[in-house]
Amino acid sequence: MREMICICCPMGCRLMVDDSDLADVKVSGNTCPRGAKYGKEEVVCPKRMVTSVVRVEGGDVAMLSVKTKDAIEKSKIFDALDALKGVSVNAPVKIGDVVVKDVLGTGVDFIATKNVSAR
Amino acid sequence: MSKKNLIIIGGGPAGLAAAKSAYDAGERDILILEREDKLGGILNQCIHNGFGLHTFKEELTGPEYASRYIDQVKERGIEYKLGTTVLSIDKNKRVTCANEKDGLQIYEAKAIILACGCRERPRGAINIAGCRAAGIFSAGTAQKLINIDGYMPGKEVVILGSGDIGLIMARRMTFQGAKVKAVVELMPYSSGLNRNIVQCLNDFDIPLMFSHTVVEIKGKGRVSSVVIAQVDAKLNPIKGTEQEIKCDTLLLSVGLLPENELSKMADVNLSPVTGGAVVDDDMMTQTDGIFACGNVLHVHDLVDFVSEESEWAGKRAAAYIKGEKASGESVAIEAKDGVRYVVPQFVHREGEGNLKLKMRVGNVFKNVRLCVVCDGGEVYSKKCMIVTPGEMETITLNEKQTRALKNSKQAVVCLKAVEK
Ligand SMILES: Cc1cc2nc3c(=O)[nH]c(=O)nc-3n(C[C@H](O)[C@H](O)[C@H](O)COP(=O)(O)OP(=O)(O)OC[C@H]3O[C@@H](n4cnc5c(N)ncnc54)[C@H](O)[C@@H]3O)c2cc1C
Ligand code: SF4
Repeated sequence: MREMICICCPMGCRLMVDDSDLADVKVSGNTCPRGAKYGKEEVVCPKRMVTSVVRVEGGDVAMLSVKTKDAIEKSKIFDALDALKGVSVNAPVKIGDVVVKDVLGTGVDFIATKNVSAR
Repeated sequence: MSKKNLIIIGGGPAGLAAAKSAYDAGERDILILEREDKLGGILNQCIHNGFGLHTFKEELTGPEYASRYIDQVKERGIEYKLGTTVLSIDKNKRVTCANEKDGLQIYEAKAIILACGCRERPRGAINIAGCRAAGIFSAGTAQKLINIDGYMPGKEVVILGSGDIGLIMARRMTFQGAKVKAVVELMPYSSGLNRNIVQCLNDFDIPLMFSHTVVEIKGKGRVSSVVIAQVDAKLNPIKGTEQEIKCDTLLLSVGLLPENELSKMADVNLSPVTGGAVVDDDMMTQTDGIFACGNVLHVHDLVDFVSEESEWAGKRAAAYIKGEKASGESVAIEAKDGVRYVVPQFVHREGEGNLKLKMRVGNVFKNVRLCVVCDGGEVYSKKCMIVTPGEMETITLNEKQTRALKNSKQAVVCLKAVEK
C-alpha cells in the first residue's frame, strides 16, 4: 500500500494505492477517474522529464539548457544527470539539437532547449 | 527626441505577446525596450518543463516557450533594442532609456505598454535576525546563477518559502548535487502547485515543514546554520520549538512583487492588493495611453495566461493609437467575500464582446461557487471543488453577461457556499 498526492488538479486528493499486484493496482481516495489513472501509472512505471544545463563553448551564453526528449523512468534520473557531467557543446546550437544520444540505453536523447549563437 | 507610436517596456513573454498582437492589429511603429541582452525575460532561466500546456498543448521548457514568441516577433520584423534600460517615463508618455551604444535617448510615444515583470521580495521584507554572512540568495538569483552562469551557489541548502520558485529550486539544487535539507513554509499550506510539491520535493524525500519559519541565521563569513521554529496561528514563532539545521546556503522564496518603479513616475494609480496598476477592460491604467500586462500588472503563476492577457493589451493599445479608445463612464468591479482581487478593476460601459476576469482568493475554500453579482442579481456562477490562493481563477463572461455587467451600477465578484 502506498500513499500519494494526486497532481492532476489543485484538489490534491490523498490516494491510497494498493500495489501488491502490479497487474491489478487498486486506487482509493480519488475524487475522479483521473486520480485512479495517475495512481496506477505512478506505481507501475513512474516517469519524469529531466532538465538541466551543459556548458557551451564559443557561444553568446555560458550554459545551454537541455531536456530529455521524452520522460524517462524516475529511477534513472540521477544516472541520466551523470551522463551530462563533463559534456560541453560548441556554438551555434539550435533548439532540438541532440546533446547526448540514447541516454543509458533508454532510447531517449537529451536535446537542446535554447538557441545559442556563436559569439 | 524621436517619436514612436507604441513603446513596449520589457521583452519577456508579456512584451513579446503584446508586440505581436499590436502588429497583427495593424500597428507598424512599435519598439520593444529590453534591459537584458536577450529577449524572453525570466523564462530564459526557467529551464524546467511545464510551460505552454494551455497555449501550445505541449509541455515546453521556459526557453522553448519564449523562443516561440521571439520567432513571431522577429518574423514580423518588429523593432527591439536589447541592453536598453528604461530609466523613466512620464504621464505625457515620454520614455527615457539608455544603452551603451546610443547613450541616453528620449522617445515620445502615443501609447506605452508596461511589461516589465516582477521582482523577488528581498530579505529585508521579511525579518530574520542574524548575520550578514554570504550564502543567502533569493531563489530566482540562485536559479540564474546555476542555469545561466553555470555557477553552483552552495552544497547544503535550506529554502524558506514553498512558492513554485522555491520548490523548483529544491529539485534543481538536488540535480546539481546539493543536499536540500528542508523547505520551510510560514503558512499552513503551500502557495505552490501540488505538481511541484510532488515532483520537486516528494520525489527526492525533501521535507516540507508547514507553519515554520527561520528565526536566526548563524555563521561568520559564510552561513553555517539556520535556526527554525514553529509558528502559532498569528504566525509568531513559538518559544521552545527551535531547531538548528546545518547548512551553507539559505534560499529565500518569499514572494514576488510587480516591478512598478516606472509606473509611479507616470502617476499610474496602483492597487494596494495586487501591487500592480489599476486597469480597465482594455488593460489601460488610469493614466491615459499607458497600458499594463503580465507580471507587472499582477503576479501570474502560468505564463500562458500572461501571453493571453498581453495579446489583448497589445490589440487594445493598437486600437487606442487609431483613436478607437473606450471613453466615458465605467463601472468598478469589487472583490468580496473570499475573493482578494479582480483584474480588471474597471469596465467601460461601452463596447461589446466577452469579458475575461482574473482573480485570486484569500484562503483555501472547498465546494464554493465563484459568482458575479450585478445590482444584487447573480449574472454568473461557477462551481469549484477547491480554490486556493496559489492558483489564479479566470472567468469568461459571454456577451449577454458582459452587457449586464456593463449596464450595472454595482458589480461584485464573490464566493458563495454551494447550497445542498
Ligand atoms: C523563477 C520563476 C519561475 C517560474 N516558473 C513557471 C512555471 O514553471 N510555469 C509557468 O507557466 N510559469 C512560471 N513562471 C511564471 C512566468 O515565467 C511568468 O509569469 C512570466 O515570465 C511573466 O512574464 P512577464 O513578461 O510579465 O515578465 P518577465 O518574464 O519578468 O519579463 C519582464 C522583462 O522586462 C524587462 N525589464 C524590466 N524592467 C525594465 C526596464 N526598466 N527597462 C527595460 N526592460 C525592463 C526585464 O529584463 C524582463 O526581461 C515563473 C516565474 C518565475 C519568476
Ligand atoms: S483525483 Fe481527481 S479531483 Fe482528486 S486531485 Fe486527482 S484529478 Fe483532482
